[in-house]
Order: sequence, then structure tokens, then C-alpha cells
Amino acid sequence: MPTGADGPEQVAISGDDDVVRVRQLVRTYAQQTKLSLVDQTKLVTAASELARNTLIYGGGGFARVEEVSDGRRSGVRASFHDEGPGIPDLTLALADGWSSGSGLGLGLSGAKRLVDQFDLDTEVGRGTVVTVVKWKR
Amino acid sequence: MERVPILKIGGVLLVSIQIDLQDQSVLALQEDLAEKISATGAHGVVIDISAVEIVDSFIGRMFATIASISRLFDADTVVVGMRPAVAITLVELGLTLGGVRTALNLERGMKILGELGRERRGAVTHFGEFPRDA
Repeated sequence: MPTGADGPEQVAISGDDDVVRVRQLVRTYAQQTKLSLVDQTKLVTAASELARNTLIYGGGGFARVEEVSDGRRSGVRASFHDEGPGIPDLTLALADGWSSGSGLGLGLSGAKRLVDQFDLDTEVGRGTVVTVVKWKR
Repeated sequence: MERVPILKIGGVLLVSIQIDLQDQSVLALQEDLAEKISATGAHGVVIDISAVEIVDSFIGRMFATIASISRLFDADTVVVGMRPAVAITLVELGLTLGGVRTALNLERGMKILGELGRERRGAVTHFGEFPRDA
């Protein structure tokens, strides 16, 4: 559980119980930032998809969650880091229904639809960082 | 790993999800349910998700999988009690529940299963004991 809303907090992702831990941490921040219930649910759902990607496709890694502000409004930023194989074809990976694994292919594209900002930094052989932000309305 | 308990009420199995589901619990529930339907001959399964705060693609797929498994045992599945925020999120995520039947709450879910069960028994009586053309 976070001690305050200031600094970023990190959770290792190495098993599927860690996906639950990431969800709980993101929810705590979303509540602290006073996102609406629907926005909390969207952000936590996106975090769940992305944490599972980190685990399954990235071979594990960590998530970092923090409260952010752009001067006008506050929000929650969550990033998902792995040192896995990276994503060779981004367009394909972000297309609905495409999956390299056993998933439904909704992980990345679905998560993107659920948040306000979505950043994907990936390099083949180096790993992937996905960063999402949900702003308070 | 926590396991989700399965309760039997008459010919219906009730699964009330009260924990934050990890993927292993989801897979265990699918297996436990298949065992239980097979062992009890239940004609229906109700999955109560009124305490579930998020349904992601993995959990959503579980509902469809459970419904398909239940079908193989001639049992119907109804998912009940979905929270409004979860419903909105599921639609935006792009997840259809694979034609899984849903109901507003447990009471309506049980009613639907009762009607489906009666319909099925009625059909069997009407077409005879071994409906070859069905």
C-alpha cells in the first residue's frame, strides 16, 4: 500500500498474483486522485491487461505507479517495464484481435482505449515500456 | 492461490466471486466447475460478479469458457450482478462475452435458469424420450 500520493511506487511482476497486486496499487492511487468510479475501473482494467502482458510476453518486470499533474488537472500514471523480446511490429500489436500468444488480442489495443494517454516504447531484444495516464475529469 | 467456492442450490450451482481473481484462480474455477457439474448433474450455473471490481479480457474469457463447458454437460450459464462501471469498461475494452447470458441480479438469473430448465424438460417430453431429430 502506498505511504503517500507523492513518490512513485513500484511493484515487481513475476507471477500472476503480482498482477492482482498491481491492480490494487493502481486502484489505491486512482481513489486518492479521486478519479470517478468508471475511470478508476477503466484504469485498473487497463493496468491488469498491461501487467499480464509484462508477465506473459515480457517474461516479467515491474510496474510503477504515481500521481501526476499537468498544472490544470491531476491524474494517475502507470508504467509497465520489461526486458523481454520487444515488439517487432507495433501496428500489428496494436490491432484489435491480433495476438502472438493465447490471448484475445485485446490487451494492448483495449488498454489503449481505456486511458487518456498511451505510450509504447519498445525495441527488439531490449524490452518494452508501456506508459498510460488517466486524468481526472 | 485462493479458490472460489461453488455452492449447490437444487439443480443450480452458484459461484459467487468474492476475491480479487488471479489467473490461476480463474483456471482452477473452470476445472472445479466442470468436475462439479459432471458430479451433480446440475442444469444451471450462476456466476455472481456483484463483488467483482474489474473484468479484464482474461476474466471475461472465463465466462465464455465456463458457458461452453457447461453446455457440454447440458447446463446453462448466467452471469449476474455486473457493476455499471464494469459494463461500461467491458464495452470500451471491446470484449463481447461470447454470447454468455447475463441477468441484472441473482434473483433474475435463477428465474432464467428455472425457465430454461423447464423448457428443456418440456421439449424432451414433447418429442419423446430420445429426440433423434433435435
